[in-house]
Amino acid sequence: MKPVRFDYHRPATVEEAIALLTRYGGEAKLLAGGQSLMPLMNFRVARPAALIDLNAIASLAYIREDDGHLRFGAMTRQRTIEFSPVVRRRLPLLAEATALVGHLPIRTRGTIGGSLAHADPSAEYPAVLTALEGTVVARGPRGERTLRASELFESYLTTNLHPDEMLIEVRVPAMPEGAGFAFEEFSRRHGDFAIVGIAAVLVVQGERCTAARLVTAGAGPVPTRLREAEEILERGGCSAAAIEAAARRAAELVEPDTDIHASAAYRRNLTRVLTGRALRRAIARMGGG
Amino acid sequence: MADLVAVRLTVNGQGREGRCETRKLLVDFLREDLGLTGTHVGCEHGLCGACTVLVNGEAARSCLMLAVQADGVEVLTIEGLSKDGTPHPLQEAFHEHHGLQCGFCTPGMLLTALDLLRTNSRPSEAEIRQGLSAVLCRCTGYQGIVKAVQAAALTLGRSPLKE
Repeated sequence: MKPVRFDYHRPATVEEAIALLTRYGGEAKLLAGGQSLMPLMNFRVARPAALIDLNAIASLAYIREDDGHLRFGAMTRQRTIEFSPVVRRRLPLLAEATALVGHLPIRTRGTIGGSLAHADPSAEYPAVLTALEGTVVARGPRGERTLRASELFESYLTTNLHPDEMLIEVRVPAMPEGAGFAFEEFSRRHGDFAIVGIAAVLVVQGERCTAARLVTAGAGPVPTRLREAEEILERGGCSAAAIEAAARRAAELVEPDTDIHASAAYRRNLTRVLTGRALRRAIARMGGG
Repeated sequence: MADLVAVRLTVNGQGREGRCETRKLLVDFLREDLGLTGTHVGCEHGLCGACTVLVNGEAARSCLMLAVQADGVEVLTIEGLSKDGTPHPLQEAFHEHHGLQCGFCTPGMLLTALDLLRTNSRPSEAEIRQGLSAVLCRCTGYQGIVKAVQAAALTLGRSPLKE
């Protein structure tokens, strides 16, 4: 038996789940796909007094297209997102990034809400939510509130959700038709967390780049929007020189840490290399395809 | 003694039940309570893939699920892969192409490959390698395993077993 003992609850509704969160006053953990929480519990690094299993809340698993947005129930599985035609059409960056989340048997269980609430800075979904300017809906005993990515992610594995709040929905505006996009990451083995990942989106009209989005994964405590690198492209278009300048600027903007996987200098260099790759690939597929 | 909870599920087409602590992992429940020791316990934190089973038809790590979460679901383990003593085409192919040596990772490899072929009936070599990166082999290497999955994809493409 690996995890320590805990009370186990399997509520059927969000309201019941929130009531349980309130009852345990921060000592309970929500169990979504379990692909990050269960390893922590098996190691006994996480020792919650109670687990509130969300897998029986059927109303939390959906993908809906609505008013120029896609709305995802927090318990929508990554694998459902990976194979969703509407996600491929409206949020191709999310579809591409999803195929990089862990492995096939991880995506079977893993959920969009769980990945965002876990807030691993190396994970794909926090970077995609940031790049696509999505929001999450949190519900607690005092009602609902909406948080942007920059408001949600506080630090490594830490969000601004209150202990009695749960993330119930993810809303992402559809990408503009014909936008270029790419998610590039480097990891030692396929399926590992990225040492560095880059999400890129480019919207171009004629010679002008009207919007550029560049966001890192793994290059700091939270996904980082590289605004000054984006501005180089928005001012100078998508020439090879502008891409190179944006990639160099990206490397200056990040504040990566050194850990057992890579040094800060290595991550900084990867940021430059992957930004260049992501931008070139985004341009190559612009206008569809 | 902690409270025990009842777990009722379908394993390899048969209704099974047991009672266990809520903290018991599905893999330990399969092995210790149901006696199905074909599912192997490797790293116990979702890295090695040895414990992969199908849960409602989809590959999942049984070390990252609680037994109590499997209440009411359908599980396929390695014991359910052959039919009436006839090996599944994937098992035949692993035998034929030397897709196993010590056999520890093999149940996870087979069930992961089964799910891979369900969603992609003609995978490229790269797609097979990417799919099977979910399971670690520490002895044969992957060449024989990849060949076996390629061969099984062809057999299954021709066979009435294909779902």
